[in-house]
Amino acid sequence: MRLREGYQGSSFTELLETSSPGLRPFASAPSQGGVPLVGSLSVPHGTTVLGLRIEAGVIVAGDRLATEGYRVASRDIQKVFATDGHSLMAIAGAAGPAIEMAKIMRVELEHYEKIEGEALELEGKANKLSQMIRQNLPAAMQGLVVVPIFAGYDKRRMVGRVWKFDVTGGRYEEAEFETTGSGGLYAKESLKKSWRPDLPREAGVRIALQALLDAADEDRGTGGVDVVRGIYPNIFVCEAAGIDEIPAERVAELHRELLAARARR
Amino acid sequence: MSLPFYVSPEQLMQDKAEYARKGIGRGKSIVVVEYENGILLMAENPSASLSKIGEIYDRIAFAGVGKFSEFDQLRKIGVRYADVKGYSYSRDDVRAKALANAYSQAIGDAFTRELKPLEVEIVVAEVGDPRLAGHERNAIYRVQFDGSITDHQGWCVIGGSADSLAAHLQAHYRADLPLGDCMNLGRQALQRATNGEPRIPIQNLEVCVLERPRPGRKFRRLSADELGGILDA
Repeated sequence: MRLREGYQGSSFTELLETSSPGLRPFASAPSQGGVPLVGSLSVPHGTTVLGLRIEAGVIVAGDRLATEGYRVASRDIQKVFATDGHSLMAIAGAAGPAIEMAKIMRVELEHYEKIEGEALELEGKANKLSQMIRQNLPAAMQGLVVVPIFAGYDKRRMVGRVWKFDVTGGRYEEAEFETTGSGGLYAKESLKKSWRPDLPREAGVRIALQALLDAADEDRGTGGVDVVRGIYPNIFVCEAAGIDEIPAERVAELHRELLAARARR
Repeated sequence: MSLPFYVSPEQLMQDKAEYARKGIGRGKSIVVVEYENGILLMAENPSASLSKIGEIYDRIAFAGVGKFSEFDQLRKIGVRYADVKGYSYSRDDVRAKALANAYSQAIGDAFTRELKPLEVEIVVAEVGDPRLAGHERNAIYRVQFDGSITDHQGWCVIGGSADSLAAHLQAHYRADLPLGDCMNLGRQALQRATNGEPRIPIQNLEVCVLERPRPGRKFRRLSADELGGILDA
């Protein structure tokens, strides 16, 4: 610990760059003579996540499966993370760097808040995440793609907001919903039919679960519900009061209701 | 006028210490008191935006008196230290003892090496977590302008009139006070600096707590409304 030396700003990632470069994440993937070594590497991948706006905020949800090629890498991985008291990040893509990005995002937001004495605006948080994704570009070019969804409650504008990103760090705000991952397309088709403006919380949770089930139905990489092992999707709601995770028992109940409704058809 | 060729080390250190004490003595005090559910940190601070108390990490808080720019710099260094440590190891590896020691080294170093010593006195407080074996106990460390470090149980006072505040707490502190009683005790102690009169208005109090029952980050700053509900006007 030294006084008046080193990095003086309020960003944690920049602090790591300058003071502990060895700890820096998103270093480019190894290559040999310009040939990436990762392309052939088999690493776990996260599959389907989604974020949607509801009347009082946002819902972010994800299935629990991670795959490694055609194999199951993990049945109960977590892909949705609270990055602070009012924002959530859902990850898809190479699980290792994606989880690392969620972890460092959380530290980044907390670090800024502690140093500056006040939290970043929601837009500022989304912007920071897009810079991190851009920094990951060299690794992404070699196969370690990370494409998250970021969502949260904007305390200034008093609405929920959802952003999607592309691999170059492009950041696009969505007015309704966004999905990503291998089953993202199916989840999006499902949400397209069920989403409407000013959804109440309960209805929002229901269509989020339904979209994940639809994705799992069509996409082999998406986990859906594992009744035997008792593994249910993670569904988080973020509103003015903060973040709640819908308990697994409640998700199980909603799942039974959805199945019953389908059986009746 | 010519400069003297030789100043004895004793004289040099004494001069520096006196200089630092003077700077610190001009400022107001801070009391840190353990209560039933955690640790209370309370400062007399007329400014609502320039805080003397801050969050370092999940279970660790910082309080500083003296020159604002200097202790605020120390606070930021502490946050950086803790966040890097927690990121590279685990969140439970960030402990007050190591942080207080690092502060002690840095402040002591500045005292001996630099012409002007830091005019600060700080407290590093850590609330225990009963769910983690070996982390159950609270810890309060005080680091002075010359880097000397002491640990405290129950309560700790830093700043200008520390002695008379300490006497008050010595006489009235009891273990496991409820938060409301503890806040009143802290306020009475702070009032000792002005002989009890005038009473410190609520808007001039900066009050933060490390609340053991909270999940994750235990640090919380109490708003003026909350203070009004607990303290007498």
